[in-house]
Amino acid sequence: MGPHHPSTHGVLRVILELDGEVVVNAIPDIGYLHRGVEKLSEDKKYLQVLPLTDRLDYLASGSNNLAYILAVEKLLGLEAPKRAQYIRTIIAELTRIMSHLLWLGTHAADVGAMTMLFYGMREREDILDIIEMTTGARLMPTYFRPGGVASDIPEGFEARVKDFVDKFDVKINEYERLLTKNRIWMTRTKNVGCISREEAISLGLSGPSLRASGVDWDIRRDEPYEVYSELDFEIPVLPEGDVYARYMVRLREMRQSSRMLRQLLDGLPEGPYIERSPKYVFPEKERLEDSIEAMIHHFKLVIDGLAPPEGEVYSTIEAPKGEIGFYIVSDGGPKPYRLRIRPPSFVNLQSLLTMSKGNMLADVVAIIGSLDIVLGEIDR
Amino acid sequence: MTTSWNRQNYQNEDLEQHPAVKALRKDHDDAIVEIGSFRGEVTVVVTPDRCVDVLTLLRDDPDLAFDFLSDLTAVHWADRKDAPFDIVYHLYSIGNKMRFRIKTRVEEGFEVNTAYGVWKTADWLEREVYDMFGIRFAGHPDQRRILNPDGFEGHPLRKEFPLGGQVKW
Repeated sequence: MGPHHPSTHGVLRVILELDGEVVVNAIPDIGYLHRGVEKLSEDKKYLQVLPLTDRLDYLASGSNNLAYILAVEKLLGLEAPKRAQYIRTIIAELTRIMSHLLWLGTHAADVGAMTMLFYGMREREDILDIIEMTTGARLMPTYFRPGGVASDIPEGFEARVKDFVDKFDVKINEYERLLTKNRIWMTRTKNVGCISREEAISLGLSGPSLRASGVDWDIRRDEPYEVYSELDFEIPVLPEGDVYARYMVRLREMRQSSRMLRQLLDGLPEGPYIERSPKYVFPEKERLEDSIEAMIHHFKLVIDGLAPPEGEVYSTIEAPKGEIGFYIVSDGGPKPYRLRIRPPSFVNLQSLLTMSKGNMLADVVAIIGSLDIVLGEIDR
Repeated sequence: MTTSWNRQNYQNEDLEQHPAVKALRKDHDDAIVEIGSFRGEVTVVVTPDRCVDVLTLLRDDPDLAFDFLSDLTAVHWADRKDAPFDIVYHLYSIGNKMRFRIKTRVEEGFEVNTAYGVWKTADWLEREVYDMFGIRFAGHPDQRRILNPDGFEGHPLRKEFPLGGQVKW
């Protein structure tokens, strides 16, 4: 199957061994999109690595940016002001809804329900508009910086997000009406691609797919970063471990994200949007005209780059697809000595064999869909 | 959850108070090379021949319960002559909500025992380390390249591997 099969969401080849129509063995063959991001990063300054992270999971660029920036901030010992943390959390949650919508659309289309794809794209467009008005780019925002965000949110941002959330809460009921009790959908997804709690943990499954196997673990709650500790939200967990459970968990997660967005908008404080720590963050452009120190810092940052202390950090966040981690080893220079990306999709894809063994060939399509993989992130 | 587990101990400045370090001192004291911490992340360096024993203990000890292998990777220190490769294991305990890092230093050609028997996650992660660094794992069920094509020459994440080149794939 593949590498150009429409249901593999990119270039994934799966070598299937079949007994009639029953799957005996499934070996994913990956690497078609390998660009050597980890190698490239070793020759780039910390800020130059940032745009590369957008291109890992290109459906949820904001989450990758956040994971990388948090790792760099941890390495530098820098903390962003409250307002910046709120803005970053808002973008991260919008990104989560956006990623889940595209997943739901394509997953449903794989199984044969085309309508959901158009509905999902429609709402995703609204989020892309919000991200475009804030960052200037739709898919690859590169909006976060060590110490904050690149610019303050534009006028009318809060109203736009509020509008979207109000609309979305109604629309999500529409999706549920289409699928949740749909006879065909249930037949195609219930008791298909099952994975037990123990196997899921041993295989390193993370994110919504793990929570659909009954493991109550979400990094947003268990190791809170940014402002998640101030928010009131629930972690949907289901014990079944089949494709339907993974669908239900993601659907409920979207409701929780929308609930978080409301709280974030209410709590958004005034204040600076970036911590102007002179050694690590560019000074305001206006100050360059009348301050020699600002000019020096600006030059130093452009030419030398920011130089963190010697050491190593591993920092993870809950991305829409699971646990995304950045392991940075610094030798004190302006470039990362080693930058390792722990991509959720890469590790999650390993469980494909366990999930599809004994199922029908046609179910493999539903199972790959339910894993929510992005090849840009798997191959790096 | 567990009884003797105490979050304070994990964040104690005295690393010997760390529950995982204590457990390792008790059973594998001679395997420990070095203990260090940076930004609150504790790292224990162990000898490569005992590495998998240490990992098994950390997973099976009911108080520690590091049941999740978050990441497995390697670092190439080109200037370190005796043992230029670090193999790095990032562990996570879902019950205790704690992370822990185990490292081991190996020389060129040394085969560390595979962690596949401890966590199945290690399968692809070790294949990637082999692909990128050329480090083999003894007992690995399927030691092939994973991201680069099968006929590829060299191991890209080694420091001597050039960044640019004319080879087309």
